[in-house]
Amino acid sequence: MAKPDYVLFDKKTTAIVFGNQQAAVQRMLDFDYLAGRAEPSVAAVINPSGGRREYMKVFFGSQEIMIPVYNTLEAAVEEHPDADVVINFASFRSAYNVSRDVLMCPTIKTLAIIAEGVPERQTRELIAVAQQQGKWIIGPATVGGFVPGAFKIGNAGGALSNLIMSKLYRPGSVGFVSKSGGMLNEMANMISLNSDGVYEGMAIGGDKYPGSTLVEHLLRYEANPEIKLMVVLGEVGGRDEYEIVDALKAGKVTKPVIAWVTGTSAKIFPTAVQFGHAGAMARGAAETADAKNAALKEAGAFVPSSYDDFGDLIRRVYEDLKANGKIEERAEVEPRAIPVDYDPKSMRRPTNIVSTISDDRGEELVYAGVPISKVIREGFSVGDVISLLWFKRRLPKYVTDFLELALRITADHGPCVSAAHNAIVTASAGKDLTAAVASGVLTIGPRFGGAIDDAARYFKDALERGLTARRFVDEMKAKNINIPGIGHRVKSVQNPDMRVKLLEEWAFTNLPKHELLDFALEVEQITTAKRNNLILNVDGCVGIVFVDILRSTGIYSEEEIDEIISIGTLNGIFVLGRTIGMIGHYLDQKRLHSRLYRHPWDDVLYMLPKEDEVLKYRGSD
Amino acid sequence: MAQRGIREYDAKRILARHIERFSSGTVSYQGKVALVTPEQSIEALSKELPWLKTEKLTVKPDQLFGKRGKHGLLLVEVDYDEAKRWLAEKMNTEVTIGNSRGKLTHFLVQPFIELAKEYYLAFAGHRDGDYIHFSTAGGMDIEANWDKVTTVSVPIDATIENVELTPILELVRAEDRDALKNVVTALFRFYRELHFGFLEYNPFTFTDGEFLPVDTVARLDDTAQFLCSEDWGDVEFPVPFGRELRAEEQYIKQLDEKSGSSLKLTILNPQGRVWTMVAGGGASVIYADTVVDLGLGKELANYGEYSGNPTTDETYAYAKTLLELMTREKAETGKVLIIGGGIANFTDVAKTFDGIIMALEQYAAKLKEHGIKIYVRRGGPNYEAGLAKIRAAAERLGLDMAVHGPDMHMTKVVRIALTDLTEVA
Repeated sequence: MAKPDYVLFDKKTTAIVFGNQQAAVQRMLDFDYLAGRAEPSVAAVINPSGGRREYMKVFFGSQEIMIPVYNTLEAAVEEHPDADVVINFASFRSAYNVSRDVLMCPTIKTLAIIAEGVPERQTRELIAVAQQQGKWIIGPATVGGFVPGAFKIGNAGGALSNLIMSKLYRPGSVGFVSKSGGMLNEMANMISLNSDGVYEGMAIGGDKYPGSTLVEHLLRYEANPEIKLMVVLGEVGGRDEYEIVDALKAGKVTKPVIAWVTGTSAKIFPTAVQFGHAGAMARGAAETADAKNAALKEAGAFVPSSYDDFGDLIRRVYEDLKANGKIEERAEVEPRAIPVDYDPKSMRRPTNIVSTISDDRGEELVYAGVPISKVIREGFSVGDVISLLWFKRRLPKYVTDFLELALRITADHGPCVSAAHNAIVTASAGKDLTAAVASGVLTIGPRFGGAIDDAARYFKDALERGLTARRFVDEMKAKNINIPGIGHRVKSVQNPDMRVKLLEEWAFTNLPKHELLDFALEVEQITTAKRNNLILNVDGCVGIVFVDILRSTGIYSEEEIDEIISIGTLNGIFVLGRTIGMIGHYLDQKRLHSRLYRHPWDDVLYMLPKEDEVLKYRGSD
Repeated sequence: MAQRGIREYDAKRILARHIERFSSGTVSYQGKVALVTPEQSIEALSKELPWLKTEKLTVKPDQLFGKRGKHGLLLVEVDYDEAKRWLAEKMNTEVTIGNSRGKLTHFLVQPFIELAKEYYLAFAGHRDGDYIHFSTAGGMDIEANWDKVTTVSVPIDATIENVELTPILELVRAEDRDALKNVVTALFRFYRELHFGFLEYNPFTFTDGEFLPVDTVARLDDTAQFLCSEDWGDVEFPVPFGRELRAEEQYIKQLDEKSGSSLKLTILNPQGRVWTMVAGGGASVIYADTVVDLGLGKELANYGEYSGNPTTDETYAYAKTLLELMTREKAETGKVLIIGGGIANFTDVAKTFDGIIMALEQYAAKLKEHGIKIYVRRGGPNYEAGLAKIRAAAERLGLDMAVHGPDMHMTKVVRIALTDLTEVA
């Protein structure tokens, strides 16, 4: 069911938080839990400068949960179409650009801008965009606001103890709006001490041009049948309060309004004073607090004689409404008990390790959500299992086929390559299987087998930058970097590597598009023209074809593919494949009862320095 | 951080740098302006600016106040020697403008402009766009002649080229319209793109291709500094006339500029008996209001605030400054210090109170000697610990202090403090 227009936030509202604001997110979730929300109110976090941390760990009650973190607004909005609020914590420098993008997102209805110091012209441009798009802006220069029992913006409402003290875990009957964000909690407390509490409280911010105005929120409160009376805290400077005066006079606001405009002390200052807020400076007699208080009173608002009587006046108006049957007694609600994170006795302890690929705690082992019984009974292949544990999804069959193909092709390459050689030497020294395999695995790296990642990375980058094969080769030469994935010690154009031919063949047959492979083959044309052994090698081919495969699935964005490469996934294929061969070599040596290996003297060129040359640097001790 | 007035000298200097760009070369402004200060004499300036010695000059104070003619502070159509004599006579003298008394320290010198016609042009922002106010009856009494001002509004997302300026242009002779259109268009673009909050030329005149402003009033939106620092150049935001900062205010201002938090101090009446040290921009105003609303405005010694989670050291420095000020002169009837604040959103109350306690320790003897009563009211994160600490400190130091939390109405301590103070009297 769609929310009525006058409701910006309810118990189901979820928000996207722009900025890496762990504390604010935790405070929102504490509020949510206390208020008895079924789900946390933060759907996602955007951390534009962040690394590739995928999740933010926070608590919902005593349960630790993970909120997804995205690098871009587009990604967050696309993944979370139900979130209709963005809380923008960007600094005053970037608040404008971020806000503009947010306002253009069709799924977002309300934007809160926290930054103080957004240039007035930029805010006014945002207001124009919001009007065209039919969006609400809260702020800038505000802490936000809250709807008790339903939703709160960022740090509004303060610490947990304050949420409880001011009863922000359940709704009351008072709608209030203030300019000052710093006075939000104070006002909520005062209202809860003098009435049945706050239904909604918003601080629009102290700027000269707030994104939404006092009267706009009052008109929402007027339309909301749950709100019975309204409280306004205005401020010296500007003419916003006169819009309330007009609305009262025109009968657009009919519920009781209790209002106070601060800054009455400005008159005793020798020169026009700029108070703490940007908008808080009277320019002309009508903008003074006294004039605005008088106008509000004249228009029918309840105006105390000073802030000191504000609470008493609220109580009087509230009690009158109650006596007249306009407000019904609300049943008191107990807040959900919530453990606090600094209490060592509590259950709420952040975990040290996060696992998202397998879980052995339940009745049966689970691979990425799939029970092992299903894996076995439904005939998942080895490629499928790799797919689950490495990619957290069962990828299409041609992808898992390729994984298996790559494993078969990389399983072994004879006894003379470094991994097999080390495994053989270690086995001959009488060590066990794990030591032999480990010593072999340790040789896998940039020169041996480990060029898969780098090949994928460099070729992909070149293609994305629109380089021609020639430019790419020249560029790498200029940087004095050997192109990863190009070149073989033994194989050449005349003596081609059958494994590479097989991989190419597979790609041509199974992939509708293989852009990166095509590009790599163009590069090979150029490099082999220089030297005939500068062929596309097996590492390079596996990496490059795998990028083409990931692209062909349509599952991954380019950024996600970059991440898959950067975290070493492709080298994993070689490590896993070659382990088969190394175990083979170990077993082979054991069966052969091979003896300790000693490298022959005549295979070493001995070139030692002369004794006196070595000792002359020391002198006499 | 808001719209702040700049000197006429800066407003004209900045315009001279940019007018060609904003008018695509159709309007020029020579920007012959000089700023004479106690440190920079007209003599020294005349070496760089030869026109000072060759042209007839206008001289006037440039310290953010208007109506200079009415105050006898406008010298027109004089030569260099006369200007120099007048400047020597006026420099560093005290004058009263409205309610403010202050020293004359900055003077603008520019070539005298003969005005056949006095035009008025101003730009001012409103929520949905910007107003262009124009009148052919410019000059001193523009406010009285506001009915002769024609206003056009430019929507915030419209370009000036797409706005109908005819209502303004048809006020001048047909042959002047193109020139006026060029002037208004260029100046509007200048006003908008350089983030002015307000820009007024009154009076001014123009010829075909040249803009000749006599008086200029300008405010910049200082939050746009990060966008405009290059375009503005080295612009100064002077304090309003008569608000020369005391040493302590200057000290807090410097502290504020270096800090990510907010620290503000204005001394209203050093002999006042009511001193406030209040957390929060909104709450601090309300505390000051309440003192005034309860009839003791003349006793209010200061306005100030600290907010945005200042460090313990910053709060200490701030509190020390206040305690020093309030213990300089003795009042027979004693004084009160209100350490107030609302319920903080995220400021750590205990941490800020640590700084206040350090200052109280240092000034305990003086506070007792001066018969100072202290009233505390605060809420927010960690407030219980903060209140307990300050209560314990008061006991240890033997200070007369009442401590309250958020269960008491925020300004109730003001009422209690003022009652105590007046009962003593």
